[in-house]
Amino acid sequence: MYDIDRDSFNPVQILDEDSAPRYMHFGEDFIDYKFPAGTRVIYPNLPMKPIENTRAAIRYAINHPEGDCLPLFAQLKPGMKVTIAIDDISVPLPQMKSPDLRQQMLEILIEMLEDHGVEDYEIIIALALHRRMTPGEIKHAVGQKIFDAYYPHRLYNMDSEDEDNMVVVGTTDQDEEVQVVRRVAESDLLIYANINFVPMNGGFKSIGTGLSGYKAIRHHHNPCTIKKSNSYMDPENSELYKRNKRQALVLKEHVNVFHIETAINNKMYDDPMAFMAIPEDMWTSADLLKYKSMQWSLKKLPRAAKRALMFKIPSDYGLIGCFAGETEAAHRKTLQKCWQQHQVDIEGQADILVYGIPYASPYNVNSIMNPLLVRVMALGYFFNMYRNKPLVKKGGTIIVTHPCYDEFDPEHHPSYIEFFNRCLPETRDSHQLARRWEKEFANNPNYTEMFRRGNAYHGVHPFYMWYWAENGQHHVGDVIVVGAENEHVPARMGWRSARTMGEALDMARDNHGTSPQITMMHHPPFLVANVK
Amino acid sequence: MASEHHHGEPKPKSELKTAAFYDMDGTIIDANVVHAYAYYALNSAKLSSKLGKTASLIANLPFYWFADKIDRKLFNESFYKNYQGFSEDRLIYIGEEVFENVIKPSIFPGALSLIKKSKEQGHKQIIVTGGLDYFTRPLAEYLGFDDFVANRLEIKDGFATGRLHKPFIAGANKALWVRRYAEQHGYDLDRSFAYADSGSDLPLLSVVGYPCAINPDWRLRTTAKAYEWPILDLEK
Repeated sequence: MYDIDRDSFNPVQILDEDSAPRYMHFGEDFIDYKFPAGTRVIYPNLPMKPIENTRAAIRYAINHPEGDCLPLFAQLKPGMKVTIAIDDISVPLPQMKSPDLRQQMLEILIEMLEDHGVEDYEIIIALALHRRMTPGEIKHAVGQKIFDAYYPHRLYNMDSEDEDNMVVVGTTDQDEEVQVVRRVAESDLLIYANINFVPMNGGFKSIGTGLSGYKAIRHHHNPCTIKKSNSYMDPENSELYKRNKRQALVLKEHVNVFHIETAINNKMYDDPMAFMAIPEDMWTSADLLKYKSMQWSLKKLPRAAKRALMFKIPSDYGLIGCFAGETEAAHRKTLQKCWQQHQVDIEGQADILVYGIPYASPYNVNSIMNPLLVRVMALGYFFNMYRNKPLVKKGGTIIVTHPCYDEFDPEHHPSYIEFFNRCLPETRDSHQLARRWEKEFANNPNYTEMFRRGNAYHGVHPFYMWYWAENGQHHVGDVIVVGAENEHVPARMGWRSARTMGEALDMARDNHGTSPQITMMHHPPFLVANVK
Repeated sequence: MASEHHHGEPKPKSELKTAAFYDMDGTIIDANVVHAYAYYALNSAKLSSKLGKTASLIANLPFYWFADKIDRKLFNESFYKNYQGFSEDRLIYIGEEVFENVIKPSIFPGALSLIKKSKEQGHKQIIVTGGLDYFTRPLAEYLGFDDFVANRLEIKDGFATGRLHKPFIAGANKALWVRRYAEQHGYDLDRSFAYADSGSDLPLLSVVGYPCAINPDWRLRTTAKAYEWPILDLEK
């Protein structure tokens, strides 16, 4: 690892004439560009030092809960019914090295439950409308021992379309249904074990969404809510979070919830590749050689091989904080750790914001980053990586780099294909899309069965991906994609195309004058810009 | 079931109904026409008849398999000869027995929820099968289907001749039947669904807006992948 002091590291770099070219993710590849002098490049903070004894930290949190909540051991008694919920494969990205935090939390929890005579416990993977995890993926998340002992009867993917096993427990004061897995509603205790990869994860959002189904999720995953959310990454200003909280509070009237949250650092790259997360000017000759050889090798590989290879490399994330007990109190502390790791203070907004789009999003692990996911990364996730105000000015330009290939995974994203080819050619307006087709897709019997029995995302999922970018779409004036291998994908999403970064910057200058403020977000690893 | 012809001006598309057309063998049930006949052969009253029918069936299995792969019509013509000489009453009785003992236990678990969801969406449920009507009718009634079409044995003087009424319900004829049915009964095929497991059903799948491969054979799987049709595994 680099001998750079975390506290003295300046994540905001202003480039000059002599600065090295910056690399950007370009799907499964990387591209470089020498940005003009004056360009501001924002790097993620260096990884925080992880807690060495993870298991001790988890035990301590469980025994010293936050908020008005008894320690877990004091809540356990023989004969009670307990359900443990864990996150699915969408966090963290890439997957973490074994042992995964889910495994470590479960090993401690199961031991504690057994010690206190609790026999009726099950582990549910909180999928909501996400795809089922495969047995191999589950095994990686929970470890061989737990997998062998509990899968598939006491450790399983939830099925939010199984009417017999989902229940509406009530409605909020805004008439929003609150739906949850029946087993959870009938449990004496729900233990929700989160991995908090970004500030949006965990808290009431997990409880409101994670164990729910379309009936309840539609109340906040819609164009109006998303448009009103001033950054998903800042729960206090997120309408999405507020609505989740309303639903979660209704659920908590019926179910006793004990929440465990684990904040992790941003050590996405292992030590030999750690240079990828620091400014290029600080790279050694060996780093540059490693980067160039990797870039060259990747260019020679077929896309599917590159993808398979990249998804096989886990990250060395470390635990930086574990808090348990009452949801809001634990989440407040988790967020502090998240901000400590991810927040970078920035002065002023940019006219032009640049970022590369990588090969992975939360919704295509072990699959293809299709055009809708490229868009959601550009205008949903990356755009929302801010606090206070967006990093790009209202009406500004976002430049992204991605090949924008017209490829979809028919096993994971079958309804995306129809959405892209049938709905989008007619309109890009979220409200129209919702009104005309959302219910039809959500109730399409084929998509429902593929979701229930295969590994497909729910039929409604492409709509949510489109809505997810709603606030970004309304904020920016223009999106230009660099390096798209076809014309129709960017055009269908309402984007303009440029062959090179230079051409894209020239196109953007037409709107912002000859000396616009250009900012590049150098991620992943992710950062949250606190814009003043 | 009867299909009456309705004359008059074509209805606007928005007023047309939608349907889900299902192949039966291998799609809704994990059994086929050979299983049905095997049950009958094994349950013949006389030992000599039982042995004879079963041995003949086993001896001909490679040929049936080959005929099915080459041409579904050839398979139908050769396989249904096995029923020559059966009385119609016996066929009806056997049909119900085969349904209870062979077909009902082999309904795919996923097929039930697929059909339920499809009904909830207002799609009429219709079976289009190359199996015999004696076996199809009880299944259609059990699953609450709205209609079905199946192959029918030719009956002369109360006994089966071993020939099928033409046109055979197979391959391209399934598609033709669906198109005519849609015209006669006011269905919008662009908004309708079809489900099948075999490459021989590609014409059927091709006439609707929402084709779907279920537990597909190699030929259908490759086609479905090429056209990005949904592929379902209802065996789970």
